[in-house]
Amino acid sequence: MARAEDKGRAGGKKGKDKKSCLVCVKGCCGGKGIVTFKEGVWHVNPVAVQVLGICSALAVTNRLENSLVMGAALVFVTVGSNLFVSLLRNVTPRRIRMIAEVAIIATFVIVFDQVLKAYYWEMSKQLGPYVGLIITNCIVMGRAEAFALSNRPVVSMVDGLANGLGYAAVLAIIGFFRELLGTGGLFGHQILSEAWYTPNQLVILAPGAFIGLGFLIAVFNWLSGANREEGAQP
Amino acid sequence: MSEISPFLILIAAIFTNNILLANFLGMCSFLAVSKQVDTALGLGAAVIFVTTMTTAINYGVYHFVLVPLGLTILQYIVFIAVIAAFVQFVEMFVERFSLKLYHALGIFLPLITVNCAILGVSLFMIIRSYSFWQSVAFGFGGGVGWMLAIVLIAGLRQKMGYSNVPRPFRGVAIAMVITGVMAMAFMGFAGMVNIQ
Repeated sequence: MARAEDKGRAGGKKGKDKKSCLVCVKGCCGGKGIVTFKEGVWHVNPVAVQVLGICSALAVTNRLENSLVMGAALVFVTVGSNLFVSLLRNVTPRRIRMIAEVAIIATFVIVFDQVLKAYYWEMSKQLGPYVGLIITNCIVMGRAEAFALSNRPVVSMVDGLANGLGYAAVLAIIGFFRELLGTGGLFGHQILSEAWYTPNQLVILAPGAFIGLGFLIAVFNWLSGANREEGAQP
Repeated sequence: MSEISPFLILIAAIFTNNILLANFLGMCSFLAVSKQVDTALGLGAAVIFVTTMTTAINYGVYHFVLVPLGLTILQYIVFIAVIAAFVQFVEMFVERFSLKLYHALGIFLPLITVNCAILGVSLFMIIRSYSFWQSVAFGFGGGVGWMLAIVLIAGLRQKMGYSNVPRPFRGVAIAMVITGVMAMAFMGFAGMVNIQ
């Protein structure tokens, strides 16, 4: 299911990748955008494979709606911060690059937070401090540091988009199962009839989040065949 | 909210509202260092110190600088700057006065800046509108709770080196599952004291 969803997203994105490749100088990223995109969403998925940014992946996934908003927030912040870090990469002194990156990321987080507070107060209340905590989300910082600092702006944006979407997809999957099993409904509508399904409160609470993510990572490992040869340390 | 005594907040932050097991903060460095009990203890001690101090400083900065100037929307950027600066300062201070402690703590200090538990504690303090002593108790308790959780899990993960875990679960997946079981155990404390 995860694979189908990711493929659908990657396929839908190809058109824009081509366009963005026309913008940059011919040959500088011929096809690189698509490779970058596939990697971010599937092969090195930030949550399930690299295990980054799990704080929020666990905290906000008790409802599907929260998960989707959080995913959108991360896409916005990674794309924006990657673009600006990349634009400024040649004028940022190496010694203070961390502080510069944090300042850029925090700016985008503040913008998103203010928009959320202005137009979607209920959601802002529910997400609480976790929107602000995007600043310390390792995915955003990691992409800025590992990718945007050494790549052109357009490719960096694609990379940010891919990683953001990879994160959003995992959040949506966990949110879907937690809300469905925990309340028997989605978006507040009852789906599983109460006649035969008793909502399992534990799935909504903290242990459900940890165990759910553990199983999701295991499924990712199983599908991609990681751990098969080298026998990773437990 | 403001009537709860700081002591109750301290207990609640350690057991019933554990920052790692109930609020999911500080997971990134948690997974990286919870393989050995020794390193877990070292990082835990550093986190306790830094959360307590940065909560106190951030309280002052928020209530005496940001609120009077009407700049509360800048809280994220200011808090993270305070934390980064404080960690840097502690690192220089420790290096100058106690080389032994520096070597024991050294590698953990830079890790702490990006530990979401530190920023999370400061943000919770604002959202729940704690008074000064409540904030300090919450910061200290949050740090202790984080250390407790990470040391317990590190012990379990060390033991797990000898067990035969199904292949897809090896590594992070099983760590998440045992953290879930630990969170379930900590739910047993719920009802003792409760802070929002």
